[in-house]
Amino acid sequence: MQPANLLLLTLVLAVVAYGLGYARSRALAMPLGGIRHLKSLPFYYGARAALWCGIPALVVLALWAAFQGKVIQVLVIGSLPPEMIPADEGSASLLLSKISNVASGALPPGFVEAPIVEAAERLKALRGQSRMLMTALVISVAVLAGFLGWLRIRPRINAREQVESILKWLFFACAALAILTTLGIIFSVAFETFRFFEKISFIEFFFGTSWSPQTALRADQVAAEGAFGMIPLFTGTLLISAIAMLVAVPVGLLSAIYLSEYANKRVRSVVKPLLEMLAGIPTVVYGFFAALTVAPFISDLAASLGIEASSQSALAAGGVMGIMIIPFVSSLSDDVINAVPQSLRDGSLALGATQSETMKKVIFPAALPGIMGGILLAASRAIGETMIVVMAAGLAANLTANPLETVTTVTVQIVTLLTGDQEFDSAKTLAAFALGAMLFLATLLLNVIALKIVRKYREQYD
Amino acid sequence: MTDQRSQAEIVRQSLKQRYRKERRFRAYGIAAIAVALAALVILFADIIGKGYAGFMKTTLTLDVQLDGEMMYLDDASDERQLKMADFVEPLVQALIKEVPSATESDRDAVRDLINPYASVTLRDALKANPEWLNTTRTMTFLAHTDVDVYVKHAGDEAYSIKLSEQQQAWVDQLQEQGVVETSFNDVFFENGDSRDPSKAGILGAVVGSLLTMFVTLILSFPIGVAAAIYLEEFAPQNKLTDFIEVNINNLAAVPSIIFGLLGLAVFINLFGMPRSVPVVGGLVLTLMTLPTIIISSRAAIKSVPPSIREAAEGIGASKMQVVLHHVLPLAMPGMLTGSIIGMAQALGETAPLLLIGMVAFIVDVPDGFFDSATVLPVQVFLWAGSPELAFIERASAAIMVLLTFLISMNALAIWMRKRLERRW
Repeated sequence: MQPANLLLLTLVLAVVAYGLGYARSRALAMPLGGIRHLKSLPFYYGARAALWCGIPALVVLALWAAFQGKVIQVLVIGSLPPEMIPADEGSASLLLSKISNVASGALPPGFVEAPIVEAAERLKALRGQSRMLMTALVISVAVLAGFLGWLRIRPRINAREQVESILKWLFFACAALAILTTLGIIFSVAFETFRFFEKISFIEFFFGTSWSPQTALRADQVAAEGAFGMIPLFTGTLLISAIAMLVAVPVGLLSAIYLSEYANKRVRSVVKPLLEMLAGIPTVVYGFFAALTVAPFISDLAASLGIEASSQSALAAGGVMGIMIIPFVSSLSDDVINAVPQSLRDGSLALGATQSETMKKVIFPAALPGIMGGILLAASRAIGETMIVVMAAGLAANLTANPLETVTTVTVQIVTLLTGDQEFDSAKTLAAFALGAMLFLATLLLNVIALKIVRKYREQYD
Repeated sequence: MTDQRSQAEIVRQSLKQRYRKERRFRAYGIAAIAVALAALVILFADIIGKGYAGFMKTTLTLDVQLDGEMMYLDDASDERQLKMADFVEPLVQALIKEVPSATESDRDAVRDLINPYASVTLRDALKANPEWLNTTRTMTFLAHTDVDVYVKHAGDEAYSIKLSEQQQAWVDQLQEQGVVETSFNDVFFENGDSRDPSKAGILGAVVGSLLTMFVTLILSFPIGVAAAIYLEEFAPQNKLTDFIEVNINNLAAVPSIIFGLLGLAVFINLFGMPRSVPVVGGLVLTLMTLPTIIISSRAAIKSVPPSIREAAEGIGASKMQVVLHHVLPLAMPGMLTGSIIGMAQALGETAPLLLIGMVAFIVDVPDGFFDSATVLPVQVFLWAGSPELAFIERASAAIMVLLTFLISMNALAIWMRKRLERRW
């Protein structure tokens, strides 16, 4: 049975368990003189039976669905004749995709060696067996546990307390998923990063000034070694983010000031949602706009001025990214400016300062830490932004500060290295995870600092 | 006294300049807003300008003579014969008849006006109606992409017209005769991706998006709400709770591509799940949107006044009953609003899906959660990278569809906030 159908079936079984539990509790209560002799309402006995039935079955289902793929892969590889067992992970994943292509019919069996066809048959058989086993196991766990739960219904049992404590643990598990996700990110990135540094030295990665990860396919090819210096990526990312911030900070900040200090209610109610619309547009749309409209426009404009500009200039990607970030800067600054106590404003105006003087000399300095926090958050957004740069910035890792030239960024390289065919232990693929680790650390650092600044500032006026 | 007067004098003299500065500062603010709004307007105008033509298709309406001899076909119900038969010739002959100036020697030039898939359309029609053989039928076929581009964009410098002068003259003539027509592009909404722009559609991507969003919604909404309830109502004040909160806040700001790395390393490499399937996409997007949903759900729970809780507790409800029977229903509109906004974010997300392989070229419409699929934003990305302008047009049209979805979701969220949320 398909996992999705099995999930539905489990839920149906849980509903049945609920009904049976409900009925049994009532039946047990009748001889005693009505449900007021039960410790809890019949609903809770039913819910208890449903939880007993559903939770273990769902756990089994989730674990099985999560690990069956890997187990089957290992079994299939293990069943190959000894001379065909792949030595490293890279060839293993190639072989596996070949086998699964044969199994799914995408690759006709005539094109591959006999052991692979056998392995494909075995894969199909194992998949069928695994599915049947899973179905049988999940259904029997659900029925057995549900039956046990049903059997153990007694009028003396406080079903409500039990149900509530189970629910509380479930809620806790959901909240703890955040920790699990963070751990997942850290481990998945860190593990591959360590393997990367086994192949490439620390010094080359952090201080190397050339980046060309295209390792050769065969070991005897020229230039089999790629270069993995992250400096050009780092400067490219910084250049594009800096351009973005140059656009976003003045525009965002000034519009926030105007909206909070000058604009009347009607203008605010129209302009604010429109600005926020900029934040709701998918990044792929900005990328499209940058690559197909802004970049050609900039290179034409530069050409007409007699300057040479690349068709994938950093300026186009950075400028459009800046537009995307405007609403982050403006809404964060708006919040901070509004949080400055009215008394400061009134005091300054009463002394005869104009509104702009009040803004520049009183409110802005008071709001500065919060605004800085907002700008740092926006910067971390810019550094981690992917689609705009993938579409509008180039792949060539130039070490330059000229915004009209092509640069590449950390995120562009991660996407390029990990889309398409990949071997899982080549330095090229691992490099993507190392870059991911750097990106994660950098944005984490910026966020932590930004949140700290914002929080510290907020305490001043509370 | 003189000193004071001169001070007032100084102030008065400087007033003009200060007022000028005031006006200038105000003008900067207006200029900033104007820049931001102009960017928005230009963006929309650019996409609509590039993409509106994507909603139009160019067709040829021909009187096709289904001559069995010409097609090497004498029984249209025979599968094998259908496979071997020539379905191009009747189309070419029908078109040549419409262009009096074309002779037999212009055969190839005429054939290049017809879409390569038109013969498939004809075969399918004949397969469905075998009795049509040896009759003449009036049927509508897709024109070749080059004709499509010429009809829509003749005179536009950005587009290179690939038709020859002679072919252009024919197409002009055929347009006057009403053989070549443009109409609403239903193909765009009924097909999956294709190598031929005039045959390419978004149905596959839209279905992929819906499947992915379904997985995301059924996982992230209950988990997010449960986590928010725990943190707001049950969590004890301790280190663990603090740690959970720090994690949620940080995850909300982690770049989306990192979630793609997580999905690749955990779901695909560790668990051996297949690549480019909606389930994995949905799982990754769930992890990505959870922080947003948790944060907005917590805000919704916080906005329920304590008097409600105290009243429920006062008549003997347990903590869980207070939460599930009273707080949750009152906080639900706010939670739904936050979730819709989170789902809108997930719908527009591209980067993490690239890493889990949802960028494959997929012609078929996916028919399940474990079937290879792509999603709408990725489809935009794929078409935008094409050198053919006809694909760029499709990409813009797809963006318009995507933005329509997103804007209606956000409008729904705003409407719900206004209508359902209670102010206490």
